Amino acid sequence: MTYILVLEQILNGLQLGMMLFLMAAGLTLVFGVMGLINLAHGSLYMVGAFAAAAVAGWTGSFLLALIASLAAAAAAGALMELVVIRRLYRRDHLDQVLATFALILIFSEGTRWLFGSFPLFLDVPSYLSGPVSLPGGIQYPLYRLTIILIGLAVAAGLFLLIARTRIGIQIRAGEADREMIAALGVDISKLYTVVFALGAALAGLAGALVGAIQSVQVGMGEPVLILAFVVIVIGGIGSIKGALAGALLVGMTDTLGGVFLPQLFAVFMDPASAASAGASLASMLIYILMAAILLVRPSGLYGGNA
Amino acid sequence: MKTIRMLAMAAAVPALAAAAQADTKIGMITTLSGGGAGLGVDVRDGFMLAIEQDGREGVEVVIEDDQRKPDVAVQIADRMIQSEKVDILTGIIWSNLAMAVVPAATAQNVFYLSPNAGPSALAGKRCHPNYFNVAWQNDNLHEAAGAYANEAGLKNSFILAPNYPAGQDALTGYKRMYQGELAGEIYTKLGQTDYAAEIAQIRASGADSVYFFLPGGMGISFLKQYAGSGVDLPVVGPAFSFDQGILQAVGDAALGVKNTSQWNKDIDNEANAEFVASFQAKYGRLPSLYASQGFDTANLILSALDKAEVSDQDSFRAALKAAEFASVRGDFKFGDNHHPIQDIYVREVIKEGDVFTNKIIATGLSDHADAYAGECKM
Amino acid sequence: MMLTRESLLNWAMIAALLIVPLAAWSLDEPFIITLATKAAILALAGVGLNIALGLGGLISLGHAAFFGIGGYAMGILAAHAQNYDPLFEWPFLFEGSNQMPLIWLVAVVFSALAALVIGALSLRTSGVYFIMITLAFGQMLYYFAISWSAYGGEDGLSIWVRNEFPGLNTLDPIQFFTIAYVILCLALVFASRLARSPFGLALAAARQNEDRVQAVGLTPFTLRLTAFVISGAITGLAGALFADLNRFVSPTMLSWHTSGEIMIFVILGGVGRLYGPVAGAALYILLEHLLGGISDYWQIFLGVLLLLIVLFARGGLIGAIAGREKAHG
Repeated sequence: MTYILVLEQILNGLQLGMMLFLMAAGLTLVFGVMGLINLAHGSLYMVGAFAAAAVAGWTGSFLLALIASLAAAAAAGALMELVVIRRLYRRDHLDQVLATFALILIFSEGTRWLFGSFPLFLDVPSYLSGPVSLPGGIQYPLYRLTIILIGLAVAAGLFLLIARTRIGIQIRAGEADREMIAALGVDISKLYTVVFALGAALAGLAGALVGAIQSVQVGMGEPVLILAFVVIVIGGIGSIKGALAGALLVGMTDTLGGVFLPQLFAVFMDPASAASAGASLASMLIYILMAAILLVRPSGLYGGNA
Repeated sequence: MKTIRMLAMAAAVPALAAAAQADTKIGMITTLSGGGAGLGVDVRDGFMLAIEQDGREGVEVVIEDDQRKPDVAVQIADRMIQSEKVDILTGIIWSNLAMAVVPAATAQNVFYLSPNAGPSALAGKRCHPNYFNVAWQNDNLHEAAGAYANEAGLKNSFILAPNYPAGQDALTGYKRMYQGELAGEIYTKLGQTDYAAEIAQIRASGADSVYFFLPGGMGISFLKQYAGSGVDLPVVGPAFSFDQGILQAVGDAALGVKNTSQWNKDIDNEANAEFVASFQAKYGRLPSLYASQGFDTANLILSALDKAEVSDQDSFRAALKAAEFASVRGDFKFGDNHHPIQDIYVREVIKEGDVFTNKIIATGLSDHADAYAGECKM
Repeated sequence: MMLTRESLLNWAMIAALLIVPLAAWSLDEPFIITLATKAAILALAGVGLNIALGLGGLISLGHAAFFGIGGYAMGILAAHAQNYDPLFEWPFLFEGSNQMPLIWLVAVVFSALAALVIGALSLRTSGVYFIMITLAFGQMLYYFAISWSAYGGEDGLSIWVRNEFPGLNTLDPIQFFTIAYVILCLALVFASRLARSPFGLALAAARQNEDRVQAVGLTPFTLRLTAFVISGAITGLAGALFADLNRFVSPTMLSWHTSGEIMIFVILGGVGRLYGPVAGAALYILLEHLLGGISDYWQIFLGVLLLLIVLFARGGLIGAIAGREKAHG
């Protein structure tokens, strides 16, 4: 075990965390402002990836593909909000769970209908492919480094948006007291649509970024969605800061656990069964982490209103 | 679950004997929707191509989609056996679905011919006279890869597979033949899509080659990330991650990878040349490994029907066992446990024009039988 | 009991669920009996969930965990019995079992224990946290089952012959249906008694107004945990039957899609209505086969239907026919 390997794994954990943050930020914003639990957030991630793959196929440009993913996911999100979601704000969580579960069925099967069951092709552009040398002698894929940087930039942008802008003030006011901002003359329904589309766009961007190094296929959003849930539950639902902390914690735990648990087990087991048992425990590790955190803090690290 | 009924009808004048001949009903349960539908579609298309080319009357094929769900597959099998009264079942792609369906089907006196899955239990302890595997036992392609690694002088392999039974079998199969050292052995999460951590371990391990079994989308993700990582050790895998249906989605990342398969479109025999040409003419795409298996399965059934009727189970079984049909793989025969004894080749991924495909570069194992045949008491 | 429109409808449904397979039996259509059996078993799972969801107001998105534990109880016991491979030798020799009553008992006990642990942890939270934690616990078991290679992992466990019930031939579809049907009826009677018992009333009160319940000296946590355990146990029993129906168990039974589907049965029929799961499960099976015959993409229609019910017809199927009278009892 060299320190380079450890550093590289930490970078990998950071990259997974940043990707999860892009997903979780939208989920947690929507819950914080509108009090809505959205299971169909993973579908928006999928929409972003498919839009990117389609546009990259037509134009060959990765940048255009990223823009398309943002636009398509934001549009799908806005449409979703206008047609379905806004009828759910005053309903209980059960209705929200069911209606958004229904949306998953519609989006998944609809995408399968449009694009077929075969995975789509989306490749990393040549200017971002290959490894770069970092200080300390680490070779790290440039593309993953880019994802980390984009994630950091989005995080910074979101904090600025919420702390400094007019819409940010409205969002914070909405989190604190939903009735009051209506009284202040803010057009609530427009605000909600904008917030929802913003969250959708971030999910779509995550889908496109990840789609280039994984495969673009129907159902790709669901495993990520569940990880994102774990993230916001750990961080505290409604808190952007919590989403960032939770995403990094989950990203690191999942990556480092997956690498080091089997090696830890190998100390007292034979290699094949250590690899298998370690991998089993590693796949449950983040849920154990979540249960442990909730035992100590039932509303998450930064949680307030649940 | 769409039901497609196809009466294979001869356009020509009905044969005189047809009136006397009992109909044969074949039930095909395969994956036509959801993840992995590509494999089922190919098996179906290959199978139906052979049925249509043969064109005889009195053979009916009923096709149903199992959605890759074992419970759905079990229910379809129950219906096909109990209500539709099929004589032969075939089509299942996945080992876990086969394990759920096959024992119950053969116990109800139905023949089952596997066009893809070959779980070890069905080759060994739980072999059955009515079960024939026309593809391979699951370990076969991995064993050939291990043998190839020895021949290619690889001495320090890093091996990885998902943590589920087929993944564990895969690495066991590789290790059964491979004689070098292991630089590392990793089980990944099933359905995992990010392999950064594993690639970092490969980089740090000092391995001279990588062997992986990651079917479907997992393989696409791994190869793309591997290509971007700057690690350039030679990669070996079984055909599943490098087959016709999936190669286009992997793209350049797969070029030059060695993989093992019992079939390729450039195997030089008449049946294969005709199969590749007619498949391309009918469906407008190159046939995959799975299409070839479907095609062989149908031709095996037809060759047995030439000799005996299904209702005469003993004669029909003997006719299947004899396997006197023109396999697109060239030589093909069954071992005592009704699993193939066949050559397994090493292929390399190449680009022909704009299309990624494979060419055979060596023979990995000749006349290879599976390791479980000895456990089969039949 | 007063014969309201809803109770008439309930009787009609229960009768139809019996008459359809009997008719299929006389017409020698075994597959229809299998479908009816599936509907009865899924309805049983829904009845279980409905105790937590309808009565207790606990939105559990993790009931697949109990469904799957029931399934694995059957799979593990039966696998050991069929392979003559002792499950354990201490403190006494136990070789597994292929007797349904014992399998059911084990399924109920283990799913109740799991519900006790999961419930005790999850009920510390409420609202969205509760939904997500139950979901996460379900996923945890799902991943565990996938990698648990001793019992088939992702491949699942296949049982060659259906387990036995004294005096019956369970391989005969109509006899196995009868078993499932009788258990469903017993569960419905149990659920209706439960709803009218002091415990059920207190639980419903806790759902509506927590303070009032605390004021009379009851702890909502204990009430809810008890309901969650009962709910998990019934769903676990349904899981054991479902595994026996297919003679197969796999991690799919534990996936969160299964949790969503069990919830759909409850909702399609009508939330909080005792017979809602029966109507819902029957409708679901019917849709699967009618729409599934028309299109491979039938789940789009299922999604649209579900959406319409949630948005515009809160009472579900029963509500649409029987009108908006409050049920449970």
